[in-house]
Amino acid sequence: MTSTLKPVPWALHLTVLAIAVVFPFVFPSSFMVNFGVMALFYAFIGQSWNISGGFAGQLSFGHVAFFGVGAYASTIMQLRFGWSPWLGLPVSALAGALVGGVIAVLSFRAGLKGSYFALITLAFAEVLRIVTNSVSFTGGGLGLLIPMKASATNFQFAERIGFYFVILMLAALSVALAEWLRRSRFGAQLAAIRENEDSAKALGINVFREKVKVMLISGAISGMGGCFFAQYFLYIDPLVVFGVDKSVEMLLVSMIGGAGTVYGPLVGALLLASISDITRVLTQVQGLSLVLYGSLLVVIIAYLPNGLIDLFKRRRKPAGGQA
Amino acid sequence: MMLQVTGLTKIFGGLRAVDNASLGVDEGRIVALIGPNGAGKTTLFACIAGFLPLNAGRVEFLGRDITGLPVHEIARAGMVRTFQITQPFAKLTVHENIAVGAYQKFSNRAQAWAHAQAIAEQVGMAHMLAQPASELTVAGRKRLELARALATSPRLLLLDEVMAGLNPSEILEIIAIIRQIRDNGVTVLLIEHVMHAVMSLSDHIHVLSYGKIIAEGSPQQVVSNQAVVEAYLGRGSTANDAEADAAAGATHA
Repeated sequence: MTSTLKPVPWALHLTVLAIAVVFPFVFPSSFMVNFGVMALFYAFIGQSWNISGGFAGQLSFGHVAFFGVGAYASTIMQLRFGWSPWLGLPVSALAGALVGGVIAVLSFRAGLKGSYFALITLAFAEVLRIVTNSVSFTGGGLGLLIPMKASATNFQFAERIGFYFVILMLAALSVALAEWLRRSRFGAQLAAIRENEDSAKALGINVFREKVKVMLISGAISGMGGCFFAQYFLYIDPLVVFGVDKSVEMLLVSMIGGAGTVYGPLVGALLLASISDITRVLTQVQGLSLVLYGSLLVVIIAYLPNGLIDLFKRRRKPAGGQA
Repeated sequence: MMLQVTGLTKIFGGLRAVDNASLGVDEGRIVALIGPNGAGKTTLFACIAGFLPLNAGRVEFLGRDITGLPVHEIARAGMVRTFQITQPFAKLTVHENIAVGAYQKFSNRAQAWAHAQAIAEQVGMAHMLAQPASELTVAGRKRLELARALATSPRLLLLDEVMAGLNPSEILEIIAIIRQIRDNGVTVLLIEHVMHAVMSLSDHIHVLSYGKIIAEGSPQQVVSNQAVVEAYLGRGSTANDAEADAAAGATHA
């Protein structure tokens, strides 16, 4: 059993950051840099799920709601109002936080917990998908195409390495946030809420307020993930940015890597991106990567219920308590 | 009067679990709430601490009406309860469990963790700080409940059967700990079934039976009270049962 309030050593943070910074120079091919971008992207949106699902124990099946709203908010501001896509990042963060806050207030006020909360988030995400699919403001089912105008001021890079460093910065910030949760009072309160809400209340923690707060933060991160996604692929439609599969991917990278840990989402994301690229290169079978990923999930839940990150921690001998 | 409960009534369906109960707790004392199984003691605790809404009655704490306030606000005002069925933060260590309580007083990590350590020493858990709460024995969990609540620096502690399931030597240890907590200026209201502990610890006792307060007083007054003896042992256990008829209506089928 690993402690969830123990800080990660600075040396480990620096090592991981150093590897991430040199990676695109050691492997400069477009294929490898794309791999790095996708891995960091999944680590980023996985961390968003991890902060509410892993640290605070509020399991959501509909995180794509925040992601999709972020993607649409920044794209619409850009296409219809001519805003810079860089402004899209704070706009999408606000939009994601807003949706996260509204869903949180509604469901936590109604006392929804556990699987009921998971289902209500799934329902909200589906509603948003159907609404964006049917109104003309969002381009309906055709989606929105962002015109290609490669320049750094336009948040579009001719070389993928530009995107790589943007997503690296975002992912690093999300890791810093997770690390802060380990060290702060807020993080301790979230851990208490995850473990036992009644006890948390009895000790004076305002459970409702802290849960809403964590959903605001998590929604903001997912929203920024949506903005990045739109700028990277230059195309969004309701099925792509509000699809259930993206919610599942966010949850899976976090759980496979290790929910409630600082580096769990990164470990899970590296695995997801590797499986996805390897199966794409070696076979033509559509969706094989998700089949493999799902099978792996079964194995991991059976043997490493705390996620892959446990492989690194198993070596440490558990502190033997005196009887 | 630190805590004043007036006419508290809690109804579950057709059952009056707590019926017009009134009790007071003076500052700086250890006050016990006793009564047979099913008398409504834990329900009364839950109502006082804000976990259950009341059907009638009023709870005043430190001169302020706290009836109907949310649990966390009552806790922040300085009244913290423990659970009879222990509710540890299972995946967190002992130190982290207590630190959650300590964080209610200190927002700084170093201070909160140091305070948690001091509390652990006070309740005799200093040697198991790194142990996950899920691995504790019953005695350990009871102690952790106490430690976590104590770490919030409460004015009044509501202890719900912290001695149940402990062996005699563990009970002696926890009695000493509770006395020391009182001596440090924290008022204690406790529910307890371990009678010799209640008798030696309490300054004042309230007796609950079938949801009603049937007696109160010093330990000596309470043990010699006819209604109390009947509530525990049933009618006919004493010679003069005719007089006792009027008392509590404690009829055991």
